[in-house]
Formats: sequence, C-alpha cells, structure tokens
Amino acid sequence: MVTRRMFIVSGIVASGGLAIGYALMPYTTLGRARKIAGKPDASMLTTWVRIGTDNSVTVIVPHSEMGQGVHTSLPMMLAEELDADWSLVRMEQAPADMAFANVGLARGFLRGDKSIPGVLSGPADFTFRKIAELMNLQLTGGSTSVRFTGVDGMRRTGAAARAMLIKAAAQKWSVPELEIVARQSKLTHASGKSATYGEMATAAAELDVPSNVQLKRKSDYTIVGRPIKRFDIPSKVDGSARFGVDLRLPNMSFAVVAASPVFGGKLKSVDEAPAKSMRGVRQIVKLPDAVAVVADNTWRANQALMALRPEWDEGPNAATSSASIFAAMDAALDAGKFKSDFSIGNVDAALKDARKVIGHAYRVPYLAHATMETMNCTAHFDNGKLTIWGGFQDGLGARAKAAKFAGIPIDDVTLNHTAMGGGFGRRGSTLNYLQHAIGVARQVQGPVQLVFTREEDMTQDYYRHGSVSRMNAALDDKGKVTAWLHQFTEKFDPPEATMVNYDFANQASRYVKGLNPIPWGPWRSVDHTQMGFFIESFVDELAHEARQDPFEFRRAHLSAAPRHKAVLELAASMAGWDKRPAAGQARGIALREAFGTIVAQVAEVALTKDGRVRVLNIWSAVDPGEVVNPATFTAQIQGGAVYGLTAALYGEITIAKGRVMQRNFTEYDMVRMGDVPRHEVRFIESGAPTGGAGEPGTAPIAAAVGNAIFALTGQRIRELPFKNFDLKTGTRIAAL
Amino acid sequence: MISLTVNGAKHEVDVEENMPLLWVLRDVLNLTGTKYGCGVAVCGACTVLIEGAAVRSCSLPAGLVSGKSITTIEGLSAGGALHKVQQAWIDAQAPQCGYCQSGQIMAAVALLSDKPKPTDDEIDSVMTNICRCGSYAQVRAAIHAAAGT
Ligand code: FES
Ligand code: FES
Repeated sequence: MVTRRMFIVSGIVASGGLAIGYALMPYTTLGRARKIAGKPDASMLTTWVRIGTDNSVTVIVPHSEMGQGVHTSLPMMLAEELDADWSLVRMEQAPADMAFANVGLARGFLRGDKSIPGVLSGPADFTFRKIAELMNLQLTGGSTSVRFTGVDGMRRTGAAARAMLIKAAAQKWSVPELEIVARQSKLTHASGKSATYGEMATAAAELDVPSNVQLKRKSDYTIVGRPIKRFDIPSKVDGSARFGVDLRLPNMSFAVVAASPVFGGKLKSVDEAPAKSMRGVRQIVKLPDAVAVVADNTWRANQALMALRPEWDEGPNAATSSASIFAAMDAALDAGKFKSDFSIGNVDAALKDARKVIGHAYRVPYLAHATMETMNCTAHFDNGKLTIWGGFQDGLGARAKAAKFAGIPIDDVTLNHTAMGGGFGRRGSTLNYLQHAIGVARQVQGPVQLVFTREEDMTQDYYRHGSVSRMNAALDDKGKVTAWLHQFTEKFDPPEATMVNYDFANQASRYVKGLNPIPWGPWRSVDHTQMGFFIESFVDELAHEARQDPFEFRRAHLSAAPRHKAVLELAASMAGWDKRPAAGQARGIALREAFGTIVAQVAEVALTKDGRVRVLNIWSAVDPGEVVNPATFTAQIQGGAVYGLTAALYGEITIAKGRVMQRNFTEYDMVRMGDVPRHEVRFIESGAPTGGAGEPGTAPIAAAVGNAIFALTGQRIRELPFKNFDLKTGTRIAAL
Repeated sequence: MISLTVNGAKHEVDVEENMPLLWVLRDVLNLTGTKYGCGVAVCGACTVLIEGAAVRSCSLPAGLVSGKSITTIEGLSAGGALHKVQQAWIDAQAPQCGYCQSGQIMAAVALLSDKPKPTDDEIDSVMTNICRCGSYAQVRAAIHAAAGT
C-alpha cells in the first residue's frame, strides 16, 4: 500500500534529514490522511488530492487562506499536472494533523534554503527548532505555500495521480500506457475506449505511486499562469464566509479580556462587584496576567469589563518607554559589542584607506499588525478534551501550543480552522489569544468565544521591533562603493534580509541583540520591512554623493546580479525614468529581494498643500521565478505595498510606562482609498526557484517613497513614519 | 423590547436601548456578515444601510433605528440574485481576506445610489473604509465596473 513512498518518489527523502522525519512520525502518513480526509465514495490517491467516483477532484490544502489566494493557487498547480478539468476541482483545507505537515517546508529547511519564514521564529523558541518540531509545520507565512508545498507537493502529487490513472486504464484496457491520453479529467485511447478519472480512480488507488514522475513543460500549461478566479471569493461578498469571530455554537458564551497593560505584568487583584450584577454577565474569570468577563454577548461582556478596575503588578517593564528603548539601542551601538552578521573582504581597512566616507543613522519605530479581524478564538472543554476554532497560520503549531496551554495530550485537542481576517504574521506562533481563550474556557461551562477589542488587539500585539541602524560606506573616484558597513540593533528573520545584492567590494554587517523588551512577532516581510528602508535609502544617499542618477548608480553595481538588474531596468522603463516628472513631482527607486522574489519599485510623489507627501504612482517590476496566478499575485504585490506604505506614512507604536499608547485606528492611522496610488505591476518569469508573493511587495516601498521625497525636496528623512517630519525642511515636528 | 426590521424581516429583541446595532445583528440575530473592526466608527467594517443610507452600526444605538428599514450584507442579494455591486466585486476579485468587504460593499451600494457615476475623487471621499489587506485598487475597479464608468 502507498505509505511513505509518495515522499520518496517526490524526492523529498533524498536527504537523510527527512528520513529522520519519517522515523519520528508515529504512523504512516497516508493512512492517517486517508482516515481524516477520505470519504466513503472516494479514493485517496495521494495525500493532497481526492478523486471521487463522480469525477470530482478535491485538493486538500495544508495551508490557511488569509486572502493571498493560496486555496486556489495550490489546487491550480496540482490540477495542472493532473490535467484535470478545472470546473471539477474543489478545495478543502486539511485539518491540523501531522499527516498534512508541511513536508515541503521542512525539506527546504533541511537543504539549507535560507528563506525560512518569520513565523518560524517565535519570540520564545526562535532560531532553529528541532527537526521533530519542523515536521509539525503546517504554517502559512514567509510566503511558503506556493514555494514549498506547491512546488514540492502539489505538482508531483498531481503528476503521480495522473500516472496512476493512466496505468490503471492501461491495465484495464490492455493497452500500453504511452498510448493513453489524459486530458480534462478524461482518459482516452485511439481504440475509442474512454473513461473519466472518477471511473478509474478506485482501480488507480490500488497501484503503487510511481517511483518517478515527469512534470509538464511550462509551455504546455493550461491552468497555471492564468488569472483563475479564487474559490473563496463568492462567500466574501455575501456575508456567508465564517471567520473565527463569526462562529456561533449552541450554549456559547462570549468573553472579552483585558491583559496587563504593561508587558510582563500580572493581575494583582480585581473587585468583581461592579461587573457581577450587570445584565448578561455570567462569570468573571481571573487569569495570571489578565481578567476576562464572560457574558451572553460580546457587547455586554465588554461593558462589564470596562466597569472593572483591575490592579496590576506591573513588573520590570513599568518604566520602559520608547525613549528609554532607543537610548539603550544607541548606547549599545556606541559600546560596539557587535555580533557578526556577515563579512566579505576587509571593510575596516577599506574604510580607513578611503578618500570619501559617508555615514548616517536611520531608525524605525515599533509597529502593530492590526489585522481587520481582531484576535479571537473559541474554545470548549468537554470531558477533558479541548476543541478550538479560529484562524491560525500554523494549525499544527497552534494545536501543539493549545495542548501545552491546556496541559493535556495533543491527541485530546481538536483544532478547526476558520477563515482569517488577515494574518500578516500575527496569527502564526504568537498565540496570546489562544492562551487566554483556553484559560477562560477551562473555567466556563460550554463553548466560549474570546474576542480582543480593537484596543486589546493593538496593545497586546507582538510588535515589529523598533530599531536603529548606522551605515557607513566609502566611494572611490569613479563612484564605486569600496566599503559597506552596516551596524544595527536586533536581528530576527529571515537571516538574509540584511544582505545587499550590489557588488560592493568590502562588506560587513554587524548587530547588537537583546535590546527589545517588547513582545516581538513576525510582521509582513519581517526584517525586510526595516532593512529595505535602511539599505535602499542609504544606497540612494551614496548615489547622490557620487553625483549619479539613483537608477544608474544601482545598475552599475549589479554586475553579479543579472536578475536584479533586469527587474530594476523594467521598473525604470515602466515609470519612464528617463523622462522628467511633471512639475512639483519627483520619483524614487528601490530594489529588494525578499523570500526569493525580486521587486523593484518606483514611487512618484508630490507634496500636499499642508506639506505632507502624496504618493501618486507606483510601478513594480517583480521576478518571482514563476507566477501561478497573475491576478492574485498582482493583488498581493499591491496589497503588500499598501501595508508598507501605511508603515512609511503613518505607522508608529510608542511605549510609555511600559504600555502601548495607541489603542485604535484613531491613533494608529491607516492608508485608505484616498491615499492609495495608482500601482502598475509587471512580472518577469525568469524560471528561477519560485519566490513568495505576500511579502516582497512590502519591503522596498518606504525607501522608494523616501527617495522620491529627497528628489523632490532635497530632504533626506532617515526615520519613519514620514508624518513626523516637515518634509520641506526635514525637521521633526512630532515629539520624540 | 426593540422592534427591528432587518432585511425585510421583523424582529423583537430584548436588548438595551443603547446596545449598538452591530452587536444586536451579530450576537442576537446571528447575522455575522456585518463585522466589528474598531467599535468607534473609523474603519467602516460594520457598515449597514438604514433607509438606504450607509451607517456605521458599531456606533449606532439599536434603540434609534426601531422601525427603520435596515439592510445588511445578507439582505443585499434579494431572492438569491447577486446585487450588481456584489457581482462586480467577484468579477474584480476584490476581496483578499474578505473581512472588510461587507462594509466596503455596503458603502459602495450607498455611494452608487447617491452618485450613479462617481468620479475617483468622489470614491476617495466616500470610501473611507479600512482594508488592511490593501485591496483598494480592486475595490475602486469594482465600483467603476458596477457604475459602468
Ligand atoms: S467597527 Fe464600526 S466603523 Fe469600525
Ligand atoms: S480584504 Fe482583508 S481587510 Fe480588506
């Protein structure tokens, strides 16, 4: 019977690492998968696809849909290789079970792929988890879905299933396999014999998975590369999509929670009296670091919660502020006890010998994720077993954490995925909402839905860290960079986010760590968000110092990076870089590689009457290797740029007395329709290994806009967000 | 008891006069298509139509709309046929995560009934809903498609 051979077949077991992974698995993958996802009238051909006798093709996707279109693009990849009739293809999200672990991702990790995503790097157990834990991955983040699951899993699975169907037909009809044509979910033979995939599925399921499968040539694709309509969209225009917060169960209670406003604080005491008698209130639940009110609806729970005056033991962060954090960062950079990030050549010597050295310091603040659906989770304890409902970027990881929080074996935890109202890294490994829901549910009869108010969501996030960066570089007489020294605070993920793709002769990157007292979490594109701003703004400064055009300067330093060069050139030509912008407007350019995808962006800006920046146009040239669904990929690049633009223009979380000061969108403003520039996206499909879609669009935008502001006003703004500055004079107008 | 007419159906709900309409819809009537995003009328996720006008239901006491005609996203597709704005949303593939889209659609329906051929500036000034996924380009395209502009 087919057990592990699928993975052997697909080459995933090529390295010893995954063999260990199998040894760690307490059951055969396929048997388990079949039990969970199999339906009585369907044959499970492989882990990721089910072909019904009714000829339906159900693709089982191990990732969560957050709006990035993965529930459609992964089935597209499988259906392409299967030669399925797309109108018969359906999608089901896999349950949070080991049988659907993201083996592709683990493989990418084991073979040393550098772009392992930020969601892996939880605040507590960051860096390299044990392989055993890796095998638990089912995460959606770091733009991994299409890159790993799609390429390694879906494609080969589809091709293997097709081969098995052909083989089954060949046996039944006593004809050679080579004479059978498989197309549009149908098998045909020149003799006139034909069968649907569904008719052959049961026979095919008896066969072993082929030891080698042939993947299609790109030129033969009929599904991949087309703007196929997403499966999930109809339910998102009529209110029928069920997000975590929309779950309604019989006898359900609603809970609203307030955790210690100071990070790391504990609940000292709370007088329950003011809330207890309020209408609808069922219970007041104390947790070590929080208090929650359980009521018959969300609003009543919140009214009662607001009536409470909990006392907190504020702990060691009671005096922490943005000012104290940044002062500590500056002091640490002054002290110079660096960890080496990477080093090429001899940067110290090159700087010493240089005729011209340029140095500047940059800085970015903390940021919250602010997903539109606030954090929430529904939990139910029943006879010692726990059932969870919610949106999780890593279902298996969340299930394992739930078991830990509840102190019960993982087999006693069932996790049900719901639609997610945004993830951006927040719903990965940072699970305070899960922990609180479990803490409340174990003290409550029946299921309880715990919801963060927007204020709780914004003040109890895991934040993109603030950081300071000091950059130094040397230029020779011809305007070539001979030394590049980047020293900064904090390094999380991915490791290569600090790299530059330019052929600078001597480079070093160094950092100091341990300066961040605030809960950290991966935020769309993770360290690229700040590295994109630091590096690409400073490169622009170097171009200016070298008296060169910023596009030509970059281009001249890309001799060893032909893909980057092509992307840069495309962006410039899309923007008409060689033509002068209209009066009162200027352009800036930036280039980044993030998660395997290279993006160059040109931003065109003007100033409003009150001196604020208005971004009019963005042109993005993108090389992700290949594009599975151009419509969703374009939307991801555009959406990623909006996310990054919000951070560049407005985004700032500040800390005072250990607390987050911004509590709602009133104080943490967002880019809205009126701020959104026209944004043209074009792709180069270089055929390089597939890169991510969700995050690369975020990385260069702040630098592109900052560089355009410089081109317009001559002011170099070295700190985000831009709203804090008078852009005409470059002076800070907001208090620190 | 407050009497509410939602999507043509009459409901008697036993809630406080000052309970926001949003929570009556979501937690009492189980009409969960209308979303909570901020609770303070700045994000638009909770937008519904009251007598055809777009209103942010998170900040609207239920007691004030007794007897008025309330339309939510669930009531937009009368008799199963999609409203032209919903269809335009599908054609433009506007939703990403989808969470903000009920509110976006209700705001767009009100905009188009007010201004059947809106300009980009009019869209900018009326469509102030927040979309954290950044679906604005597709939302704008969908509005233009629905308007035939
Ligand atoms: S929830 Fe009503 S406007 Fe945000
Ligand atoms: S589609 Fe996700 S918030 Fe708008």
